[in-house]
Amino acid sequence: MAEGIKDKVAIIGMGCTKFGERFDASPQDLIVESFVECLQDSGLEKKDIQAAWWGIHMPDISMGRGATALGITLKLPFIPITRVENFCATGSEALRGAVYAVASGAYDICLALGMEKLKDTGYGGLPLAGGLGYKMPLNGFNVTAPGGFAMMATKYFSQYNLSPQDGKMVLAKVSAKSHKNGSINPKAHLRKEVTVEQIMNAPIVAWPLGLFDCCGVSDGSASAIVCRADMAKKFRPDPVFVKSLQISCSSGEEMLYTKWDGSHVEPAYRAGIAAYKEAGIKNPREEVSMAEVHDCFSITEATAMEDLQFSARGHVKDDIDAGRFNADGAQPIQIDGGLKCFGHPIGASGLRMMYEMYKQLQGKADKRQLKDPKIGLTHNMGGFPSMNVVSVCIVGK
Amino acid sequence: MVGIKSYGAHIPRFRLDRNIMQLALLFLGFGPLRGEKAVANWDEDSITMAVAAAKDCLKGENKDQVDGLYFATTSQIYSLRQNAGIVAAALDLATNSRTADFTDSTKSGTGALLAAADAISAGSLNSCLVCAGDCRVSKVGSNGDYTYGDGAASFLLGKDDVIATIEGSFSTSHDFVDRRRLEGERLEHLWEERFIRDAGYMKFIPEAVMGLVKKYNLNIKDFSKVIYACAFTGAHAALGKTLGLTPEQVQEPLLMTVGDTGVAQPLMMLVAALEDAKPGDKIMVVSFGQGCDAFYLTVTDNITKVKDKKAIKRNLANKVPLGSYEKYLAFRKLMPVEIGIRGEETVFTSFSIISRESRELYGMVGNKCKKCGTPAWPFQRVCPNPDCGAIDQMEPYRFADRLANIFTYTSDFLAPSIDPPSSYGFIDFQGGGRCAVDFTDCDPNALKVGMPIELSFRIKFADEKRAAVNYGWKAMPVVA
Repeated sequence: MAEGIKDKVAIIGMGCTKFGERFDASPQDLIVESFVECLQDSGLEKKDIQAAWWGIHMPDISMGRGATALGITLKLPFIPITRVENFCATGSEALRGAVYAVASGAYDICLALGMEKLKDTGYGGLPLAGGLGYKMPLNGFNVTAPGGFAMMATKYFSQYNLSPQDGKMVLAKVSAKSHKNGSINPKAHLRKEVTVEQIMNAPIVAWPLGLFDCCGVSDGSASAIVCRADMAKKFRPDPVFVKSLQISCSSGEEMLYTKWDGSHVEPAYRAGIAAYKEAGIKNPREEVSMAEVHDCFSITEATAMEDLQFSARGHVKDDIDAGRFNADGAQPIQIDGGLKCFGHPIGASGLRMMYEMYKQLQGKADKRQLKDPKIGLTHNMGGFPSMNVVSVCIVGK
Repeated sequence: MVGIKSYGAHIPRFRLDRNIMQLALLFLGFGPLRGEKAVANWDEDSITMAVAAAKDCLKGENKDQVDGLYFATTSQIYSLRQNAGIVAAALDLATNSRTADFTDSTKSGTGALLAAADAISAGSLNSCLVCAGDCRVSKVGSNGDYTYGDGAASFLLGKDDVIATIEGSFSTSHDFVDRRRLEGERLEHLWEERFIRDAGYMKFIPEAVMGLVKKYNLNIKDFSKVIYACAFTGAHAALGKTLGLTPEQVQEPLLMTVGDTGVAQPLMMLVAALEDAKPGDKIMVVSFGQGCDAFYLTVTDNITKVKDKKAIKRNLANKVPLGSYEKYLAFRKLMPVEIGIRGEETVFTSFSIISRESRELYGMVGNKCKKCGTPAWPFQRVCPNPDCGAIDQMEPYRFADRLANIFTYTSDFLAPSIDPPSSYGFIDFQGGGRCAVDFTDCDPNALKVGMPIELSFRIKFADEKRAAVNYGWKAMPVVA
């Protein structure tokens, strides 16, 4: 009988760079910046790290493939390093590797580090989907990230009878909230409040999504050091314990079979169920104090609220209108600004989400600090609504 | 007797008002221009238009009987790699078919048709599809620039159930140089218009008509329609008088609505004539190139059974104004356009994949689960129905001819495109199966969830580094 990982692993150190258009910084600069903070935060020395997981989604535009980029940059002394990649859920995949390795008993202390350098391409948005192989241009379509998610907005509006205007208004409130949160976060990429009106009137990127429905494309790095739960308090008084870290991957049913409704992300729902079960959460809406979800686009956050069972299907609008997910609401979401404003260096994002949960649980989130949060959740999605991987991680004190 | 079993045509949806051309070309001293010309969308070329015409032609026909495909064009895409082979792959014709390209002269379309008729007569072929399409480009401000239009026609030839029998033919060959293009050149060179008119059309068309009449002892008065190719409106009218035809006998040359479609022109006119033909009608067709092919047909009773064709009428009605000459230049790559640094990213063409998976990529053939009946595209070894999941229980299933409905869509300004926004979406096929496709020939603002969709074979992208034009099927709103 599988035992799972609940409360077997603790996070004892984390680091996160300033995210943004880091034209000043090389990939190596970003890795070192997050690692130095992480190591100092843990109080450990480099030699204490027994194995590492390195997350980068698009190595071909920055550091190349394989694990060597991390080992050589940090001069890690010949320890086992594994490069992982799982679309935009890469950061969580790196954390998952480190957490499960410790939970297995194979190691006491492991490092997870994610980094992405996206702004060396010379253009906005993510690089083309070359990562889908030679065949994609031949049998695929001219899809971009905003377009892939815009199709979920189109379908959501249609399914729940929202006019484009009403639907866009719901989404505008999602983005306005994140801009407000991000404006007081010194490490965030976009630190400017915007009004719902500005969001509604912004140029369209991929109908119905406008400029402010899309997250920042950023450079950055985030990292975590994890250890056996039973030794965590030796290193610090306030470790954060992993309650569950689940992942779900599309089966092809969504894109090929005609059952999927197009207005939710099935793996998000499935990963949520698995994570709640392992963490022992019966009522996510009441028990999860706060969450960082994968708001690559406003619609992704809105549907994630339903997939994670924070809102009933088709009713996220009611909760958004009621301000439930605002910083002063019953269940704050994207308290650090989210992908929307903190930014989205792909390989780092899952770890950046955890960075905020970790700081909040420790009471070290400065102006953003919530009142005594108990349970934090990260939801990290990679791919498109029709084909993706989603990881859900639940942490607590 | 050998004849035409079915017909089809394609006219691109965009039309360019020649007044707009004239305004843009005023600086070259252009006088008033009349009418409009059909302009291929950026993702259309002679191959895709031929496929569209063939799809129209094959609708309701038994494709299994077809064992030949002849493709005629003077705007061939590949000069090494058979273009007809691409058309055949797009139509998913049986691989034991005879395919051939007929090129280099605007009379190649009739050449292909007569060659097909002869092959069937000789018993070499059972049923042959003939496609003719042109999308010609000549210099900005040239005669070709404003007279040319884009379009295609297609005929299915065979022995049984023909709608018109091919009765006889007469051909001439003259090394007459009206237009030319050397290997490796993209733009055509045209010789003097007056010379082409007086020493070309006015001489060769009557020679061919009279040759045919004399050879078969015909009376020109017995023809309900006489079709003769001609690029010039005035010369076309003058030829009618020279030939002694009544205005009713002269088939309208489409010059003011579509333009001179090269190899396709006489054959598109034949499609238009057949749309209005009655049993017993006699129709003469004369092409023009380096000489002429002339042939004549007798319409049979089967003509009354033809239905549901786009042919010329519905294609003519399906139009939107292109709006600007500059857009035409961009579409035909006569003007470099900035589509963003993103658009400069190299897309790699693997011909290994294209060759191995041609039925999936060009034929849009997927498969259907024999156990549960679930269709899928692209090919799947494992059934995507979660309640089935059968492994290797698949049979081929073609999607290209099926109708679908929009499941969801977007119109994307970030995606690199010569004509942003780039619209695409998921479509659910009537009969099952879901896939994601690019949209084409659509108004982004008119797209709706649930909208009926048909598929069209189009250019996906050109990979100039690897000398590749890559094709695939796109979705477009059903043409009324």
